[in-house]
Amino acid sequence: MTDIKTLETASSPEKLNRVVIEPVTRVEGHGKVTLLLDDNNQVQQARLHIVEFRGFEKFIQGRPYWELPVLVQRLCGICPVSHHLAAAKAVDQLVGVDQLTPTAEKVRRLMHYGQTLQSHALHFFHLSSPDLLFGYDDAVAHRNIIGVLQDYPETAKQGVLLRKYGQEVIRLTAGKRIHGTGAIPGGVNKNLNQKEREFLLQDIDQMIEWGKTALELSISLFEKNLPNSRDFATNETNMLSLCREDGGLDIYHGGLRARRPDGSLIIDGIDYRDYEDYIHEQVKPWTYMKFPYLVAQGREEGTYRVGPLARINNCDFIDTPLAEKARLHFRAFADEGLVQSTLAYHWARMIELLHCTEAIRDLLNDPDISGTELITKGNMREKGIGVIEAPRGSLFHHYEIDEGGLVTRANLIVSTTNNNRAMNESIRRVAIDELNGRELTEPLLNQIEVAIRAYDPCLSCATHALGKMPLEVQLVDAEGHTVDRLYKNANGDVSLCKIEA
Amino acid sequence: MIRHFTLDGKKIPFREGQTIMEAAQDAGIYIPHLCYNPEFVPHGSCRVCTVKANGRIVASCTTPATEEMQVENETEELQGNRRELLQMLFVEGNHVCPGCEKSGACQLQAVAYYTGMLAPEFTYFYPMRTVDSSHPDVAIDYNRCILCELCVRASRDEDGKNIFSIDGRGINTHLTVNSASGKLGDTDFDVHDKAAQVCPVGAILPKHEGYNIPIGQRLYDRKPISVVGDVADHQEE
Ligand code: SF4
Repeated sequence: MTDIKTLETASSPEKLNRVVIEPVTRVEGHGKVTLLLDDNNQVQQARLHIVEFRGFEKFIQGRPYWELPVLVQRLCGICPVSHHLAAAKAVDQLVGVDQLTPTAEKVRRLMHYGQTLQSHALHFFHLSSPDLLFGYDDAVAHRNIIGVLQDYPETAKQGVLLRKYGQEVIRLTAGKRIHGTGAIPGGVNKNLNQKEREFLLQDIDQMIEWGKTALELSISLFEKNLPNSRDFATNETNMLSLCREDGGLDIYHGGLRARRPDGSLIIDGIDYRDYEDYIHEQVKPWTYMKFPYLVAQGREEGTYRVGPLARINNCDFIDTPLAEKARLHFRAFADEGLVQSTLAYHWARMIELLHCTEAIRDLLNDPDISGTELITKGNMREKGIGVIEAPRGSLFHHYEIDEGGLVTRANLIVSTTNNNRAMNESIRRVAIDELNGRELTEPLLNQIEVAIRAYDPCLSCATHALGKMPLEVQLVDAEGHTVDRLYKNANGDVSLCKIEA
Repeated sequence: MIRHFTLDGKKIPFREGQTIMEAAQDAGIYIPHLCYNPEFVPHGSCRVCTVKANGRIVASCTTPATEEMQVENETEELQGNRRELLQMLFVEGNHVCPGCEKSGACQLQAVAYYTGMLAPEFTYFYPMRTVDSSHPDVAIDYNRCILCELCVRASRDEDGKNIFSIDGRGINTHLTVNSASGKLGDTDFDVHDKAAQVCPVGAILPKHEGYNIPIGQRLYDRKPISVVGDVADHQEE
């Protein structure tokens, strides 16, 4: 069996054929996969290239810190609330606030649960369920949310309405469905009044029911083809996430926890403001995206994954009953150690979706959510670091300011960057297991995207609308001439054009 | 003696010496403007208040009303001219409204909406401008300055401090602070000065405050500028 580590860099790339999977549109981050093949279609090199965010860190230099929570939301159209909250947590540090009022913290948590609910629903139902329900080789024209609407109308409806509910939670906590302004330095600018609580409470029991159904669906899809679900794009890695002090799942706040593949702890309860002591970012010559790793494990062994899979593996319990029951079932899947299956991301994601619905209900019933103490004040500090568990995984915002309050340094490690190593390893796994020695077709290439989509990165290729992202795949010979081109247009039609020499 | 002129077909009374703008405001009619503030001597520089008086293009804030004058204000032609002026103001500076604390309570934005401008259409200049954060309470973001000179007038005429002035020519015209270092922190500027209250945009703003008023509840979120008027009249809100 080929060792996937050898696929990062081929020994003599100049003699190989090149395949590029490249989305033509650029929505959020921009992703591209290149495969180098030899004459027998053996994959010799596989790389995921992501162009992202570094420009933003420069852009915010010199800006006043109080604008950050609103400005940085523009990083991502899919999870703006996560950036909003991570920045707000960092800005709390800058204004010297370590503890928010109960109302402020709970309103922010509610916003975050709403965000996670809508993002997980979007991701599972809209982006991934077509692959999982119909198979990777289903006709492209049908393998999308419209196909799901036709064949499984109830499932599609529930997905759409779960997402919409999450967006309503965001609207009422942040002021707008996207790009709101709810979190401000040291607190929030609004609470939830009685009317707003009642409005959201009306439908919450229904959402919990649908959350259960979504979880069951994710499990049945996982179990449908168990050997494939277990092994597809799977690589053994460490897992990193925030975790509550008592070991409970917490997507808003906690200490850093990392486990080895066998489940043993590498770090635990680490104040995330010291993250630079535990996580380093490696730079590689072929991409701008950095490759973070756990310092204690070193560059080679320090690969980790973040996101639902890491969080459900890492925590000791979940404090809402339905999600906790689901977690126990999930963990029992791995005889020992952690659940490493890449496709189990979807299962873990639906456990979290169910948890979000339960947690939203609890918060809506908490009188603090209507409290009137919204802001805490403190003394200015020069450095602020905020970390949050975004839907896609741990998200780090780090700012330093001058005396006047202007940003002098910014460092962001987004979820996609955290998963960069692992995603690269996953596509190499797919290249070896599924593509090696075969004529490349759309269904085969789609498997690369299926692997990327499991992680739910902020890439346009993972978030294309309705499964119709335009996609171009090129097979280029050693001289750089395109010999084959596979093109998937915005209608989902695929055409292969042979280019005559 | 009360006299009258006609504004978009309506008879408007005016007193001797009143400008078209003043008479219109007294009659409750909105003529869009940026550099005009009734508390200060009119300046006539932004040209957003341009109207047609007896067929001639004039700034309504500086042109005295006269008996029987025929004034056009809300015509498609004039609104179109205003939109173009506003388009130019947007691309001459760096206006990132989504990240601006003034958004929703900004006169430039509100007038742009009023005239039907939805997005900048001209090529951005992307000028290199800075933020002066040297003062403990107030920051100046030069990226958003539209050279209305209201802070200049307020500081000179009301605060008696003469802290601001306008320097340079043409496209290089810019706001400066009258201190040796050019920094606001080296002047006796105070957050309670009139000059700190008059900026119609987000160029002079109190520090450490971001988005305390939720979106949807800001001045021009609730009602259009033609109804609620200038932001300076609502500073305490
Ligand atoms: S000053 Fe007004 S127009 Fe300029 S960025 Fe701020 S809100 Fe937008």
